[in-house]
Amino acid sequence: MVPQRNVMWYMLKKHRALYLLMLPGILYYIIFKYVPMYGVIIAFQDYSIGKGILGSKFVGLKHFIEFFYVNPDSWKLIRNTVMLNVYDLLFHFPAPIILAILFHELKNKTFKRIVQSISYMPHFLSTVVIAGILVTFLSPQTGIINFILVKMFGMEPILFLGLPNWFRTIYVSSEVWQKIGWGTILYLAAIAGIDPTLYEAAKMDGANRYQQMRHITFVGMVPVMIILFVLTLGHFMETGFQKILLLYNSMNYETSDVINTFVYRRGILDADFSFATAVGLFQSVIGLILVIAANRIARKYSETSLW
Amino acid sequence: MKIRQSMASRVFDTFNYVIMILLMIVMVYPLVYVFSASISDNALVSSGDVLIFPKGVTLIAYKQLVSNPDLWISYWNTIRYTIVHVILTLLVTSAMAYPLAKKWLPGRRIILMMAAFTLLFSGGMIPTFLVVQKLGMLNSIWAIVLPSLISTWYLFIMRTFFEALPEELEDAATIDGCSSLQVLLRIVLPLSMPVLATIGLFTAVNQWNAFFDALIYLNDRSMYPLQIMLRNILVAGTTIQAEGDLSLLQTMKYAIIMIATLPILCIYPFIQKYFVQGTMIGGIKG
Repeated sequence: MVPQRNVMWYMLKKHRALYLLMLPGILYYIIFKYVPMYGVIIAFQDYSIGKGILGSKFVGLKHFIEFFYVNPDSWKLIRNTVMLNVYDLLFHFPAPIILAILFHELKNKTFKRIVQSISYMPHFLSTVVIAGILVTFLSPQTGIINFILVKMFGMEPILFLGLPNWFRTIYVSSEVWQKIGWGTILYLAAIAGIDPTLYEAAKMDGANRYQQMRHITFVGMVPVMIILFVLTLGHFMETGFQKILLLYNSMNYETSDVINTFVYRRGILDADFSFATAVGLFQSVIGLILVIAANRIARKYSETSLW
Repeated sequence: MKIRQSMASRVFDTFNYVIMILLMIVMVYPLVYVFSASISDNALVSSGDVLIFPKGVTLIAYKQLVSNPDLWISYWNTIRYTIVHVILTLLVTSAMAYPLAKKWLPGRRIILMMAAFTLLFSGGMIPTFLVVQKLGMLNSIWAIVLPSLISTWYLFIMRTFFEALPEELEDAATIDGCSSLQVLLRIVLPLSMPVLATIGLFTAVNQWNAFFDALIYLNDRSMYPLQIMLRNILVAGTTIQAEGDLSLLQTMKYAIIMIATLPILCIYPFIQKYFVQGTMIGGIKG
């Protein structure tokens, strides 16, 4: 019998070229993914750069308590984060499903290809360009939206980005605009995988087009829908943070300020590292719980799950 | 056989075509407007006279921007960051994905799980920032390139692709005396051009459009990429440097959107095919 250790060394030596190839990648994961996970400890410390993680004072849940009980904005931040994500789920999740069905029903293949290509276009624009277009278009003095409102409808110009009750609409509709076309790709792939004889059989049984869409096309997309839903929940709490960061301002904080933008302000701008890490950790843990729960439910009620 | 179309079915088709035409207008109009406004007379844009077609056509906004050195520095920075990022990402990702595609390799599962776990949980913005800071990479290209070097998603796409390659070819090469590295370089990578192109393009477009890493890791003007310039001018409302001339402000905003977006708009019809394939491989395999 060869001891276990020697077997390991033997394998490492025999395949050392392969392990060496993986080394840069493994180092990447350790340095940029796992060291920051370890760094989360500073959420429980009064971290100071000079003393480092090992030297800083351990303060337990102080920063969490401060966030929930002392910080006047905590409730607003949680509410905004949840609301923006709920709106996102309500509008941005079903939109590509409907569009994919409509694409599928187009009989002219050339026309279908053209519409699809055009619907992908906004996906290639940067977040800064989208935000820039929104800011300029919505400007009360020089924005085209207000010109149209004033000239065609005789309305007063609206200060869209300065009014909290407009922020969610602006955010969600621009998200849908940018991502609806791209979001159809996986659904169209699922539709392409549906057995065409199902449609034949349905027609023989007298199913009309609506019934075919509902019972064959839609049902064929369900596995993809479940996977994407679980993935979306995995990113619940962090959606669109970069765009919010570009669009928000002190006038619309009431509905636009989310946990991540708060972490950015407190952590990066004010260098309040421990407190910001604690708030960020709270968000990550909620995200982790959500994705695990969603996956468990998906596995229980359907054949599909992420793992 | 003639298939009879019911009335409802024809109504639906018409309705569908109308929706599609509206969709195309909604998708294209904002950029048509940006383009028209960028080549129109500033006064006419500011007063709302330009709605679709350019009025008082002039290239003065572009001329002003082109003579601005900051724009060219940031353009060059974006190109630099993009090229370095793409090359390093392809090298490191393929080097890691290749051994992971070998089902018999001991330890493979642990490494795969280590990578997959990062999709579920991360240390977050601040601890990552502190690592980058501790490594002394602030204000350098490495802060832009290294923290996002490997995307776990692309790693899995590449591994899936490598797994599907015929193993006999590699075996034959090994018998002929090739080392693992030679097999990878001479046999596997040349066969993997489709997946390399896809992931290279994904990385390039992401890096071209990225602004957040630059926002937190760079504070030296001469290091700014294009997107930060754009943000400062469009969103933060900084006036364009060396340009006290407010009479061109509106058209210059539109012109800089065009300058930053034009490369992507020109190539996206040609590259979308690769993106669609990449998204499908990634999506179906989960």
